[in-house]
Amino acid sequence: MNSRPSYSLARVGTMTQRYLYLLLGSWPRLLEMVYWPTVQMVTWGFITKFFLTNSSWLVQASGMLLAAVLLWDVLFRGQMGLTLMFFEEMYARNLGNLFISPLRPVELAASLIVMSIVRTVISFTGAALLAILFYRYNIFIMGLPLLLFFILLIVWGWSLGLLIVSLVLRYGLGAEGLAWVIIFAVGPISGVYYPISTLPGWLQTIAWFLPSSHVFEGMRALLLTGEMQMSFLVTAAALNVVYLALGLGVFLFTFEVARRRGLLLNLGE
Amino acid sequence: MNQPAIQIRGLTKHFNGIRAVEDLDFSVTEGTTTALLGGNGAGKTTTLSILVGLLLPTRGEITLLGEDMLRHRHRVLPYINYSSPYLDLPHRLTVRQNLNVFAGLYGLPDRRGTLERLAGELSLTAFMDRPYRELSAGQKTRVSLAKSLLNEPRVLLLDEPTASMDPDMADFMRGYLMAYQKRTGATLLLASHNMTEVERICQDVIILREGRKVAHGTPAGLIAQYGRRTLEDVFIHIARTKEGPEGALEGDRVPTLHPEDSR
Repeated sequence: MNSRPSYSLARVGTMTQRYLYLLLGSWPRLLEMVYWPTVQMVTWGFITKFFLTNSSWLVQASGMLLAAVLLWDVLFRGQMGLTLMFFEEMYARNLGNLFISPLRPVELAASLIVMSIVRTVISFTGAALLAILFYRYNIFIMGLPLLLFFILLIVWGWSLGLLIVSLVLRYGLGAEGLAWVIIFAVGPISGVYYPISTLPGWLQTIAWFLPSSHVFEGMRALLLTGEMQMSFLVTAAALNVVYLALGLGVFLFTFEVARRRGLLLNLGE
Repeated sequence: MNQPAIQIRGLTKHFNGIRAVEDLDFSVTEGTTTALLGGNGAGKTTTLSILVGLLLPTRGEITLLGEDMLRHRHRVLPYINYSSPYLDLPHRLTVRQNLNVFAGLYGLPDRRGTLERLAGELSLTAFMDRPYRELSAGQKTRVSLAKSLLNEPRVLLLDEPTASMDPDMADFMRGYLMAYQKRTGATLLLASHNMTEVERICQDVIILREGRKVAHGTPAGLIAQYGRRTLEDVFIHIARTKEGPEGALEGDRVPTLHPEDSR
């Protein structure tokens, strides 16, 4: 028997193609990717306009709320982009077929990550361009820091996404709602729209364990002072390494649990 | 004599204390077609799922194509395939897109050529560009079979391969599988409730009850052994008898008739 390469980028590409078939074959799915970020951005745009005449803090950096809403969406879309594609396999009862092929779980995870990037870039770009059109706010002038914020948030989204996918793999589609619950629990303690110092002390301690808290504090520091505080980025990156490794580990472990319990075939439970 | 393509020893699978498969031993000779028979819940699908690696056994050994399936699954997967009504394909993708994805996962060099050939051979051409969800149950079964033949597997596992097909298409499919087996020398193991199908295409039959092997032999050998007229009669007899043949239900003294025994 020939020994074949253990991992294959071609299989990751094939799975990405599978998800693109799905995405490009459905205009509601394409529309949905841009619709919600746009609605959020428009809402917060008007709120910003109002506060600009009523808040001296916000006047210092008028784009702060819009930047926050656009970057929050990177985390949100990064996580949802990964989990929704996995849910499609669950809805289709296709996991069994996938895993009797040479596809490895880590290759599936890689293709989900690729799709998360595709979906997030489309969503973010659409909403950011509309922010220029509606409010003359150009987030792209942040330059390199924007790219770093984007990467740090999307990676954190993948970690959360892998954790949610693992829960759904283990407990079935009944746990699907967790995809929404978890991310919206992370939001308030990430200091998206307000500084972490606003939170009670004990919650601040938890907040500093989240990469997103460091990113949004870094973003505010950049917009208020014009300086990039590297410590925020470095801490967020270090936390991301830990959480991504943890997310992938939990996913691979849950996959073996699913094989033991017959969950890939809906057997046994 | 050919080597066994599939070898199972002491295979046991418990789900939350329920015995789905218990201490199962059998081997399937390379290049033959074997049926797994048994009533609902006898352990057929569980056994097939363990063989393809979707399910981990509680204990036991599985060797496929000479490889330890529990330790080196990924060495074997490119050479085997499985079709089952318990597995589905993405409904929103067309038949062509679905097959193209799996052709990619198996790393086929000529995806388009393979798809066109299989579509022609299995009469899928007319609906290759239709979404999978729009197909009838019988058409879906054919697509699932096409998926399982993409990599021209050396071991093909089939769960109810002609389920939902009309008699004409089912007959065609049996002929196709026999021709495939003859052309490639592949090993086929199928679970079926269709005794006519089993008598026609299988050289060997394994009958399970409550997760245990209760009989093993050629179709003709089992008919003779049980003094019945058809394999269906044998199946019904075993299903309705409390004990297996010669008290073999508990796993001891299971009569095993191999092809050479019946000659």
